[in-house]
Amino acid sequence: MTRETTINLLLALLLLAMPLAAAGLGEPFYVTLATRVVVLALAATGLNLALGLGGLISFGHAAFFGLGGYVAGILATHAFNAEPLVAGIPGTTSMPIIWLTAVVIAGLVALPIGIISLRTTGIYFIMITLAFAQMIYYFAISWPAYGGEDGLSIYVRNAFPGINTTQPLPYFLACFTVLMATLLLFRLVEGSRFGSALQAARQNGTRLAAVGIAPFNIWLVAFVLSAMITGFAGALYADLNRFVGPSMFSWHMSGELIVLIILGGKGRLFGPVAGAMIFVCLEYVLGGITERWQFFLGLILLGIVLFARGGLLGLLSGKPRHA
Amino acid sequence: MPEPILEIRDLRKSFNALKATDGVSLDLYPGQIHALIGPNGAGKSTLIHQIAGSLAADSGTIRFLGQDIGGLDMAARARLGLARSFQISSLAQEFSALRNVMLAVQSRQGSSFRFFRQVASDRSLIDPAMAMLERVGLAARAHVPAAELSHGERRQLEIAIALALSPKAFLFDEPMAGMGPESSKQLTSFLDGLRHETPMLLVEHDMDAVFALADRISVLVYGRIIATGTVDEIRSDPEVRRAYLGEAA
Repeated sequence: MTRETTINLLLALLLLAMPLAAAGLGEPFYVTLATRVVVLALAATGLNLALGLGGLISFGHAAFFGLGGYVAGILATHAFNAEPLVAGIPGTTSMPIIWLTAVVIAGLVALPIGIISLRTTGIYFIMITLAFAQMIYYFAISWPAYGGEDGLSIYVRNAFPGINTTQPLPYFLACFTVLMATLLLFRLVEGSRFGSALQAARQNGTRLAAVGIAPFNIWLVAFVLSAMITGFAGALYADLNRFVGPSMFSWHMSGELIVLIILGGKGRLFGPVAGAMIFVCLEYVLGGITERWQFFLGLILLGIVLFARGGLLGLLSGKPRHA
Repeated sequence: MPEPILEIRDLRKSFNALKATDGVSLDLYPGQIHALIGPNGAGKSTLIHQIAGSLAADSGTIRFLGQDIGGLDMAARARLGLARSFQISSLAQEFSALRNVMLAVQSRQGSSFRFFRQVASDRSLIDPAMAMLERVGLAARAHVPAAELSHGERRQLEIAIALALSPKAFLFDEPMAGMGPESSKQLTSFLDGLRHETPMLLVEHDMDAVFALADRISVLVYGRIIATGTVDEIRSDPEVRRAYLGEAA
């Protein structure tokens, strides 16, 4: 077992043990905090596929996060009000259906965004993905049917068959399971032929084309898969907060996802998990002391960018090697 | 004469006022090494880029195996069997030598959209890739990241990758550049044996290698081919001697 694998296992155990202990001590707040870590880690894992493996610096992943959230909010609202969506299709409070819808819609929206954005590279790619996300953000703000600027409340957390999702711990465990399953999938994809081509596209797109694999196709598929995972996280986030608002679409959110990845270690399996743990801890601990806690986040980010490019995981486990 | 594998007709490319490729026509025949020589700035690399598809020509046709490939991108041309090496090594730097070659094997097998089977244990990728590294004499360095290979080793790796594509033709852009005399000699004899398997268009500054290898030579000066012929014809062509070879001949 490599050192990084050991650290990954420890992180997973820590993330699981904390809310279990908190629930045992009757502190449900900390369970919710841990769920926030899990959901943000999942959203950033989606981005990590595009950014970490493929080198696509998407500054618009909030679009997919928000879409997942609004899918959950809109479906739940329609079910709550017993109003059909369109053409007699009813809303739903069933999480499996909401999750599936969120993933599919995030993927469907990511496809045209990817096709257009991937015609550019570098700074232009960053800007065009940002532009798409901001378009959706302003659309959400100006659409009164679903709350506009005020967002949508989900009055009762949606249901998963056989799990009491209204309790913090079962909901945490459901989210944790989704995260672990996604990380397993991420690891498989990373080691597959597709993952090889994707990482080669990051290192040297010309080389990949010279062996007959068009980087565009590889990047497009990665971008869509990445959006689907982040969309999934958005649906979980909506149910966690029992609220969705346009801020899920804002560029701050996109930036936050990038920050999580850089904090933890980009391209590393548990980078987003480590990043989300650091981020939520700082937000909670420093946020309790000062409103300006993001100043300290900035300092830490500066330190990592200057002295520890591999993020926390890079610091703990050294350089990755491809055998 | 058999049908040419690669047939270039009246190719033109300008960068503003500079005519980098000025009506180039050229044929590459099976079993042959066709060398492309010319002074610095003659447009040799620009020509290779247009044939490989990394640069679009302004006009003219490129036919490969009888098919017009002018509208295809670099990846599509590589899939048809047109393999290239780069003047400056272009590799996936973080990947080991073996993984670099495995990428080419995976492409030849036509299967990059597989998401689960792990390449690290996939003998159908590893074995052919290893065989190519052995062929170019790089097997001992298979697990070293490309970034840590020496200059000469990277050139060998480029050739292993090109070989792994089982191409129908090679475009080699200065494969000997920066190599020591000993490695140059080794590579020369390696390419010599390769011609019967796969014809190649060879851009090279090392005249010893060119005269030892080439079946035919084209001389490119200011974007125009001023002469094409056998080694002896080129050596004795007065215009070539004046324009380029000078003291080298």
